[in-house]
Amino acid sequence: MSTFIQQVIDGLSTGSIYAAMALALVLIYRSTNILNFAQGEMAMFSTYIAWQLNNWGVPLVLAILAAIAISFVGGMAIEQGIVRHVDQSSELAVVVVTLGIFLVLNALAGWIWTYFVKSFASPFPSVVWRIGRVSLSAQSVLTLVVIGVQMVLLYLLFQRTKLGLGMRAAALSRKNAEIVGISARRMMMLGWGLSASLGAVAGALIAPKLFLEPNMMFAVLLYGFAGAALGGLDSAVGAVVGGLLVGVTENLAGTYIGWIGSDLKILVPFFLIIAVLAVRPAGLFGRQIAGRV
Amino acid sequence: MALEIVRGGRPHRLLLVTLSVAVLLVLLRLPFAYGSYRVFQFTLVMIWAIAVMGLNLLVGYNGQISIGHNAFFAVGAYTAAILMHRYEANLVLCLVAAALLTFLLGVAVGIPALRLRGLHLAIVTLALAMATAAILQRFESLTGGATGLRVRSLAPPEWLHLANDQYLYFIALTIAIVMFVVARALTRSAFGRAIVAIKDNQLAAEAMGVDPRVFKVLTFAISGMYAGVAGVLYVLAVNYVSPEAFPLLMSVTFLAAIAVGGLSTVQGAIIGAVFVQFVPQFASEVNASLATLIYGVILIAFMILAPRGLAGLSKRVSVHLVRVIDPLDRADRHAPDTALTVEPYGAGSAS
Repeated sequence: MSTFIQQVIDGLSTGSIYAAMALALVLIYRSTNILNFAQGEMAMFSTYIAWQLNNWGVPLVLAILAAIAISFVGGMAIEQGIVRHVDQSSELAVVVVTLGIFLVLNALAGWIWTYFVKSFASPFPSVVWRIGRVSLSAQSVLTLVVIGVQMVLLYLLFQRTKLGLGMRAAALSRKNAEIVGISARRMMMLGWGLSASLGAVAGALIAPKLFLEPNMMFAVLLYGFAGAALGGLDSAVGAVVGGLLVGVTENLAGTYIGWIGSDLKILVPFFLIIAVLAVRPAGLFGRQIAGRV
Repeated sequence: MALEIVRGGRPHRLLLVTLSVAVLLVLLRLPFAYGSYRVFQFTLVMIWAIAVMGLNLLVGYNGQISIGHNAFFAVGAYTAAILMHRYEANLVLCLVAAALLTFLLGVAVGIPALRLRGLHLAIVTLALAMATAAILQRFESLTGGATGLRVRSLAPPEWLHLANDQYLYFIALTIAIVMFVVARALTRSAFGRAIVAIKDNQLAAEAMGVDPRVFKVLTFAISGMYAGVAGVLYVLAVNYVSPEAFPLLMSVTFLAAIAVGGLSTVQGAIIGAVFVQFVPQFASEVNASLATLIYGVILIAFMILAPRGLAGLSKRVSVHLVRVIDPLDRADRHAPDTALTVEPYGAGSAS
């Protein structure tokens, strides 16, 4: 039994990482209707910025905050410089462009900071609590807390503020949003900026566990996608629940189902998505969109 | 002033035939004009072209996004490698087996893909792309695990007097031409019109009696088969397979080739294949990261500046030199302009 609880806790701990990534993905999807394949690399790049600042002598927490601010500007710059000019009606064009950004950021990070693994200090204390035979690290708990706060803030932003309403409207229909006086362009720009800074938070939370290297986000991005798709691409709560669910199932399946082991764990979210989307195409918490024909 | 040629007329046919013969002559001459490393690269171009043609059927024509075509390519490659390594099977058998297997795999992926539209499909195929290496390593007894499998290169028959690489070049060329002709015929047939109709408006297509489920799954299967056939040739070219040989980047490369060559053009695949074979290589001679960087920049640049790719660009340029017009258009133009002779209702009776 204690193994089971430990596995669930470990699953929640890795799941919180996926949830952090899923939140950033959901934010950008909500505000621009784009699935951003470059999200992981953006987060990686932000983390490198934080690492660089820290390396130059800036205290860690300040460095992370600065990286979040820089990412906000960087995200808006990517939207202004690149994404805005792409034909938004073509899903393929958007996917290809975000894949392009993915490659550019990955290569740039490799060029600037090399592919050697760097260690990234955690902003949280390294305390581990033991309850019976189950251990619980302060880092995991605090990561979950940070993500919970983010989730609530995002929920409030989208459901309770005028800005959030504007972002939702712009994502739903650009034209109609413009008609009622919402600048869809500004909303898109803000969406990219915000999601880049959320990515920076995610990167800073993830890097101490995974070490820092240009390819660190590959798997995290995939699991983040899985979490977001599972919860429904347009729900912040869904992203967190989905991310945690992916983390826990992945861990349990890896432990208890012999032939999956640690190498095929990557397939678990894959089957989870197919299973959930086959029953509920909008995801667990997503809103079903009914269209009039 | 552009030269006008009527589609299907004798000059048009003559132009097409001369062009194809000229291209074919150049292709036949290539392996004798260059050293064996260049010939190997040209063979790779054929291989990429085949895979890209297939992916373009799916992505460009049918509008389904797949980032997992490296998996089909890998299955094709491993099928051939296992058959040759363990059973000394000949090329035709390998091709048939790989094509069948990847076709079935395409059906298997295409069916759940019916439930997943657009971006969700992209996510699931992304997972497929990333799981490929792990799955290949898992079935170690069959695939040889991380060490991979070696395959002997094909020996040409005595009477041909060809080197190994030249022989393989001609095999790849033949198969590429066959696949090209098939893809072209498919896109111009009722099948092609059906899958484009589904992409443009699924509901309208359904109303016209096209069953989107059948066509979508079929397209997935056919496009997987193209990647599988390309995979077989790839094994013959490099004589070795290992799980790391089919990374996610391979799928991105295919998409890059489509972006550069042009969505929804069969010819574009060839331009794209030449591009992805040679440009990153020149870039990586300067710096390892530069190749990836250039890839990314090009993907972005093409999607913004020339969404129809080089094929679309060349079409726009060539229109100024030779304009191919449909016979009906021409008949229209020479008919008396009826719009002017009809008086508006009530115009004459006013006075």
